[in-house]
Amino acid sequence: MKAPVGSKLTERDVTPEAIYLNRRQYLKASAVGAAALMAPALKASEAAPSVDPAPLWLQSQNKQASSSPFSTTEKLTPYEYVTGYNNFYEFGTGKDDPEKKGQDFKPHPWQVTVSGLAEGTGTFDLEDLLKGLAVEERVYRLRCVEAWSMVIPWLGVPMAALLKRLKPLSSARYVAFETVYRPEEMPGQGSFFAAIDYPYVEGLRMDEAMHPLTLMATGVYGRSLPNQNGAPLRLVVPWKYGFKSIKSIRKITFTDRQPQTTWEKANAREYGFYANVNPAVDHPRWSQAEERRLPSTLFASNRVPTLPFNGYADAVAGLYQGMDLTKYY
Amino acid sequence: MDKVLLTRWFWWLLLLPLIFIGTRVFQVVWYDPSALGPDPAQSLVDLFGTTALWFLCAVLFVTPVQALIRARWLLRQRRALGVACFGYALMHWLSYAGLLLEWQWQNLGQDLLNRPYIIVGFLAGLMLLVLAGTSNNVSVRALGRRWRILHRLVYPAALLVLIHMFWVARSDYTEVALYSAVVLLLLLHRWRQQTKSS
Repeated sequence: MKAPVGSKLTERDVTPEAIYLNRRQYLKASAVGAAALMAPALKASEAAPSVDPAPLWLQSQNKQASSSPFSTTEKLTPYEYVTGYNNFYEFGTGKDDPEKKGQDFKPHPWQVTVSGLAEGTGTFDLEDLLKGLAVEERVYRLRCVEAWSMVIPWLGVPMAALLKRLKPLSSARYVAFETVYRPEEMPGQGSFFAAIDYPYVEGLRMDEAMHPLTLMATGVYGRSLPNQNGAPLRLVVPWKYGFKSIKSIRKITFTDRQPQTTWEKANAREYGFYANVNPAVDHPRWSQAEERRLPSTLFASNRVPTLPFNGYADAVAGLYQGMDLTKYY
Repeated sequence: MDKVLLTRWFWWLLLLPLIFIGTRVFQVVWYDPSALGPDPAQSLVDLFGTTALWFLCAVLFVTPVQALIRARWLLRQRRALGVACFGYALMHWLSYAGLLLEWQWQNLGQDLLNRPYIIVGFLAGLMLLVLAGTSNNVSVRALGRRWRILHRLVYPAALLVLIHMFWVARSDYTEVALYSAVVLLLLLHRWRQQTKSS
């Protein structure tokens, strides 16, 4: 078997066979869409619920996901935590706020506006934007800048495939993304004490955006994205800190200038444009040398060493050749 | 009310948060590992820290409240509130050192260097230790006038705790702003009383 890109696996990372088989069973079950086939050994809360509120076209596109060689075989973080422990400040800054306060958000119908240095500019229905693109399941590590991490089975389309469809001009050097602004559905956007500006803006260099690991996610755990995870469309860049992976994307802009991102604007000393996972460059207020793989237990805090580029160095380190990563953090 | 009964009732009140937190821990250990979320140790550290802060605020509230409702019994319970505050602060530290650091002292050294707010919190904890250690009747009698002066340490301790909180927050300052407002109002009240009486 070919080793997944950028993996540095040790014995402790190997998923026990029983769990692995359970996962297979769960995938099969969700593919058929029958809750009755759910692996009985899985606790209900660990698997996704069988009801998916997304439109049928998206459900069926997600259901046809193929598996990807980029997936890690590390143990999955249970569904309950992937969807119940989130940083999505648009819904509040508590880890459980996005799940609790995100349920009034309406991710459908959804449109994406494309502008800037591309031929394919305009406003598109999400269905048209994604039509014909093959969805893949990719199990990625997610490393939060707060020094915790999860392993998450995303569904999505390779970003390169989506962007190529929009025909960026050769003058486009960066691509910026913007989260939807709907304070009436996103209570955090109207909060008086909010320390960041909305709408949330993120960006990538074109070569980062076109990298095969970069994913435009449409689902997680075999179903479409729940609101708290960035429905209906979000970025996933596994070698960067989680805040780069912008949620509920409403706008895509191709530009020749490095976009100013939300966290950079809020605190440039603590959060840079690149935000590559790097154990050698500490956050000014805490170390990034280790992370706590969630879920932890009361008596085992599950500290693991953080890897350069979150373990994807073999695949992406070349993008930053010759750059001083302590300067471009 | 019967004095003994009142005191007993009050002591149970101090233990309520411990009972609440203890129940959650029992749940996690025995039948529902997710009762404290995906990061139970961190949740526990936060719960104890917040409870300690509540009691710190409660201690500071005693003087103005008893002046308002003339409840002398409240004044007599102030030391118990203070000891409870120290107790929860101690649990906050123990759960941090034992569960998050797993007693790995080289990690503590690293943390102290990288996270200066831990030093600030630790200093506040030391002050609370001194206060709790001298909160018995023997110390009150032995220290006499100096006891009152010593116990003014609670004010710098409260300020350090706020700095500790402020430094921990990543971007949302709502909570720390609220607590700061409460503590600063209480300190302002003290200062005005002082200037009035002198």
